[in-house]
Amino acid sequence: MIEARALSKRFQDKKRGEIRAVDNVSFTCQPGKIYGLLGANGAGKTTTLRMLATILEPTDGTAIVCGHDVVEQPEKVRANVGFLSTATALYRRLTAQEFVEYFGRLNGLDEATLKKRVDDIFNRLDMNGFRDRRCDKLSTGMMQKTSIARTLVHDPPVMIFDEPTNGLDIMTARTITAFIRECRNSGKTVIFSTHIMSEVEKLCDTIGIIQSGKLLVEGSLDQLRDKYAEHELEEIFVKVVTPHFVAEEAN
Amino acid sequence: MSMRNVGIVYRKELTEALRDRRTVISTILVPLLLFPVLSVGFGSLAVTLVGKAKEEVPKVMLRGGEDSPAVIEGLKKLDKIEIVPETPGWKDQIINKEIRAAVEIPSGFQADVAQQKSDTVKIFNYQGEMKSEFASDKIETYMKEYRDKVVKERLAAKNLAETVLKPFEVNRENVAPPEKVSGAAFGGIIGYMVILLCMTGAMYPSMDLTAGEKERGTMETILSSPISRMHLVLGKFFLILTAALGTAALSVLSMGVSFSVLSHYTGKTEGGRAAAAEFVLKLGPKTVISVFLMALPIAVLFSATLMTIALFAKTYKEAQSYLTPMTFVVIIPAVAAMLPGVELTPKLSLIPILGTSLLCKELVAGTYHWNLIAIIFASNCVYAAVALFLAIKMFQRESVLFRS
Repeated sequence: MIEARALSKRFQDKKRGEIRAVDNVSFTCQPGKIYGLLGANGAGKTTTLRMLATILEPTDGTAIVCGHDVVEQPEKVRANVGFLSTATALYRRLTAQEFVEYFGRLNGLDEATLKKRVDDIFNRLDMNGFRDRRCDKLSTGMMQKTSIARTLVHDPPVMIFDEPTNGLDIMTARTITAFIRECRNSGKTVIFSTHIMSEVEKLCDTIGIIQSGKLLVEGSLDQLRDKYAEHELEEIFVKVVTPHFVAEEAN
Repeated sequence: MSMRNVGIVYRKELTEALRDRRTVISTILVPLLLFPVLSVGFGSLAVTLVGKAKEEVPKVMLRGGEDSPAVIEGLKKLDKIEIVPETPGWKDQIINKEIRAAVEIPSGFQADVAQQKSDTVKIFNYQGEMKSEFASDKIETYMKEYRDKVVKERLAAKNLAETVLKPFEVNRENVAPPEKVSGAAFGGIIGYMVILLCMTGAMYPSMDLTAGEKERGTMETILSSPISRMHLVLGKFFLILTAALGTAALSVLSMGVSFSVLSHYTGKTEGGRAAAAEFVLKLGPKTVISVFLMALPIAVLFSATLMTIALFAKTYKEAQSYLTPMTFVVIIPAVAAMLPGVELTPKLSLIPILGTSLLCKELVAGTYHWNLIAIIFASNCVYAAVALFLAIKMFQRESVLFRS
């Protein structure tokens, strides 16, 4: 389970002064459910997810991930999280197997458990054909599978996906979305950010719309349809975001 | 602190480094090949050329001297000199290296000498040109011997002893053993090379493991794993330190082998043997261990400093532009230690690179100033610890890790 409590992140910019990338954001993600964080570029999705994964530290507020505080126990949080984004690249000079094993060891797995887990994942994801191939020789699809294997090697109860299909071709993107569903079905807590409406419609149990670092609205797709009297998520998104977008442009 | 995690990061970084062509070239191939190419290549070439130049029979043109047959006869009898008659354009012939020198005997020279009148014998050469200098030296030596012979004859004629003109001798005698002599001459270079190669060895991995990781997008991947940032930075630091020390070790090994090959090879010719005697430097195991112990804190200092600076950069290229000027920061004190007259003092020993460089010079010469060794080692350990502390702190700053 993930519980964000008034999460905030401010950055200092030499030209623009203080930037509130995430401003007092609170939400809860339940096990066996997918929470979709929907927002335009620069809305604060990545910063929020990076704080949940303890890659960034919140300026104010906190989040509890699997009972651990992201500020107080970042290493315990990371041990319970699988984090995947298009920015989480592979070590090019390691083979796919070495790469996954490296992260397994960093997650504290002993060699016997690691071998069993790696064999299991490589069979499940059909990766045996390229397990000894260096990561710089892999196709995009193979790279994504290797990244998925990396997030799964320690079998974390929480999965965080930051725009995981961004820039991927349709077949690779489908592998990722199928994997996200599989995580939900196996009872994991899943949070996933995107700006692609169709992905949210297909995958998410709860949707949070974020703009200018603020969580503007939250609910299931049906709840949002009722509230805004629109069927298409894109229309709902525009209705929610436009007033804030206009105000931001005016500023 | 979990050394297990530090070890995991270290082993992974080592695996990657050994698979990276650029790292292998900069930390293994360059130090291994640099000295053989410089010493065996250029050194043996220089020794061979000097030897050959000394063995060549140079042509020396004779100007005048028709009325001084004894002098001419003596010059013609000189070993390994070919006296040629005067032809027009002799100056151009020297410049064009057709002849190596010319000697001008003034008119009536022999008669003037007999009448105790003073004359001047002129030798014309191509200054700085090795073969021309050798030819001139031979002529000059002969003329000086001839002058000494005349002086002796005059003294004998007047029943005066030679000591009238030379009441006493002045002799210089070396009391230092050969390793100290060569150490004083080349010790500065050893320190300079070890320090510089520690730096160059650390440079590439420090960029690759920080800015390179940011550029390739793997920084976020590793930061999402449970490893603490301190363990991560220590794992990376130990790899950079290994590269720095490995480069220095390989260079000293290569240097030792090169010097022995050079002395063996040059011993084949007489001129080569004479020239090689000036180049030979013997490094005993005690010296090598001492130099390495002193280089250790310097290598830690370089590794941590370079890693901290490179971490600021967003890309590998940006890191290169930050680190290249660092080479000058290292070269200037290292070169200063090689300057004649710069001696190791307690004050100078506190200057990080200069102190170590001066100490290496002393160590290679076999001199151990234990109090200064302690000052240098302790001060360098303090500098290294501060640099490592800064590197760990920098790795915990988001503004550095995610600079945009």
